[in-house]
Amino acid sequence: MRNEIYLDNSATTPLAEEVVQAMEPYWMIQYGNPSSPHLRGVAAENTLNSNRKQLGRLLQAEPENLYFTASGTEANNLAILGVANSPYFRRNPGHIITTPIEHPSVLGVVDHLQELGWQVSYLQVDSHGHMDAQEAASLLQPTTKIVSVMLVNNELGTIAPVSKIGRIIEEANKERQHKIIFHVDAVQALGHVPVSIPDLKAHLCSFSGHKIFGPKGIGLLYADRQAQLRPIMFGGNQERGLRPGTENIPAVVGLTKAAQLVIDNLDHNTKQLRELRTALIEGIKTIPDSRINSPENGAPHLLNASFPGVRGEVLVHFLEQKRIFVSMGAACSSKKKGVSHVLEAIGLSQEEILSAIRFSLAPTLTLDQIQYVVYSLKETVEEIRNIYI
Amino acid sequence: MYPLLLVRYGELSLKGRNRKTFEDLLLTNMRSALTDLPHGKITKTYGRVYLETKDNWSELAQRLQTVFGIVSVSPVLRRELDLEQIKEGASLVVQDTPGSTFKVEARRPNKAFPLNSPELCHALGGHILRNFSHLRVDVHNPDFVLNVEIRQEGAFLYSQVIPCLRGLPAGSSGKGILLLSGGIDSPVAGFLSMKRGVKIEGLHFYSYPFTSERSKAKVVELAERLAPYNGHGSFKLWIAYFTEIQKALQKGSYPNLSITLMRRFMLRIASKLAEREKALALITGDSLGQVASQTMESIHVINEVTNMPIFRPLIGMDKQEIIDLSVSIGTYETSILPYEDCCTVFVPKNPATKPRLEQVLQAEAELDVDGLVNEALEKTELLRINN
Repeated sequence: MRNEIYLDNSATTPLAEEVVQAMEPYWMIQYGNPSSPHLRGVAAENTLNSNRKQLGRLLQAEPENLYFTASGTEANNLAILGVANSPYFRRNPGHIITTPIEHPSVLGVVDHLQELGWQVSYLQVDSHGHMDAQEAASLLQPTTKIVSVMLVNNELGTIAPVSKIGRIIEEANKERQHKIIFHVDAVQALGHVPVSIPDLKAHLCSFSGHKIFGPKGIGLLYADRQAQLRPIMFGGNQERGLRPGTENIPAVVGLTKAAQLVIDNLDHNTKQLRELRTALIEGIKTIPDSRINSPENGAPHLLNASFPGVRGEVLVHFLEQKRIFVSMGAACSSKKKGVSHVLEAIGLSQEEILSAIRFSLAPTLTLDQIQYVVYSLKETVEEIRNIYI
Repeated sequence: MYPLLLVRYGELSLKGRNRKTFEDLLLTNMRSALTDLPHGKITKTYGRVYLETKDNWSELAQRLQTVFGIVSVSPVLRRELDLEQIKEGASLVVQDTPGSTFKVEARRPNKAFPLNSPELCHALGGHILRNFSHLRVDVHNPDFVLNVEIRQEGAFLYSQVIPCLRGLPAGSSGKGILLLSGGIDSPVAGFLSMKRGVKIEGLHFYSYPFTSERSKAKVVELAERLAPYNGHGSFKLWIAYFTEIQKALQKGSYPNLSITLMRRFMLRIASKLAEREKALALITGDSLGQVASQTMESIHVINEVTNMPIFRPLIGMDKQEIIDLSVSIGTYETSILPYEDCCTVFVPKNPATKPRLEQVLQAEAELDVDGLVNEALEKTELLRINN
């Protein structure tokens, strides 16, 4: 056991040992460019194809619908902008439905589309970030082209009713000539809840490597034919013309291995995570005036809680002295009020937002470690509250 | 094209007997500013300095714009003492200068040259008018002046005058301790005192874990931005251990006075450091009335702990003027990075804007003031920032 307790796995994860080993041959031995005509290139192309096939099996998707990107953010950008970039929608901006608690890589793109003339509707969320799938039906308009919903929220762990929304869209599409395209951001979901693309009824689905014990610098976008994606970057013909740039083979191999590990071990891992999370919740509840912001039935690895009277950033730095790494639920400075849009959207008070902390767990943690975290947390919150009268 | 830079320093030539000391310091600061750029000899003559370039005059000129004490620089062309060669040089300089009106000014310290100054002006003026049809002479308000100096070493020609920072060479006045918070104001206060010849040492109050490693890194970055203006040698940045003082203040029974008390602690520590470092003044970024600790009442009560002079160069400036200046000296982008610093984490709900001295003394009676100050000083670390 290392003498640090890392509870910021939603920010990024360390690589799994097996992932590092799987990537190893692709730095100095199998270093080829899949576009090269010679054997070295052919070998790389074979690696790329076999990894795509394996990811297809793992996600129950056709391999030809999987596109590698350089990040989850890029996958989200390509998904939404790729639809909007068709000649028709460039002339006739449409309508997009999303939620106020999406990742910035979706909300930023939506803001950009709004500047281009798109109409935007936001699904309502309750005090735990839950939404009502039926509301999506009521928001549909004749011009609705894109619906984008995150499967597991990255700050709260709330699980969105994505399959239900998917079925509503499927139903609506039967009578439409311009099909509504459904995008699911599954970056925080993979490895924590079952992700089966057919069940999601999604046309587009985004993933990332470094949130699942894989490497940074690799993302994945599932896009079916109905989505009719257009490229948003231009260059070579890689990824069937949709995403130019020499393929990052070591990272592709790492992503595939990481995905295989978290999917094969999903039951075991979620059981372990749930136990850890329950212990953490029970512990936090013994701290006076604490508030659990995540829903009880949220994703098993994520827990957001507020400790009024304690600045989130101050708590982070006190805990790091004890080698416990957590992250703030909200950005820092009081000067800039860079307050979390998610916590704001679920209606927390300013005090609750500024005192929010996010714990994101990994299955490698033990109950003993969580007990130690609870003990330190309790002690630290008390210490800080005593300092600030 | 220009083998020389002419460097002018105005104000220090007024300084009578100290003049040589000032000039020597200016040259030292110049050399230090130019260490990593290729250049030739630096020579001092007739109250000005010539710097030999290596075909990089604009790079050198840009660097000299960080040296206090320099009024302006001009790129200079040099020709043999021969009228035809001087004319050819004059054409090159004129070609390189924008404008549509000009005049010629000549000086002739070397009286051996056959033409006297008015004759030379006449000859060159005529030459230029014949060769540049777009130019006219305007002796009262010309767009540019073609300067010619006839010296022993040759004829020197120039027309561009690039304004520099002016002021006095950093270090010529003495040493001062700058209280450097990480905000927008204090780096600007440091800049303005350096302009009047102060060599500054920075003092930051560090309250980890109430503030983060990143907030310290931010102050180091600000010090790196200020260091080039601070003359030769490295920039000393003192990081004072302030955590225990912050804790003591938060526990005290006068929450509304915590900022006043905190500032008094800062000045006590700064004064002791100044004595140790043989500095003659403290420098703060106070701007009158900007926040609760900067009302006249607050400043009065805070100032009471020290006899050390406190320079407050921003006292008469409004926020926008301070921001504009911080943008131009390159500290603004760093200053606005959003990390907690001691001024944001510990702000009470209702800071006193009119603290009373009796109350403040009462509050301090509860604290081990000397013990806390000495502990903070003992645990102060020194970082040397290279410019």
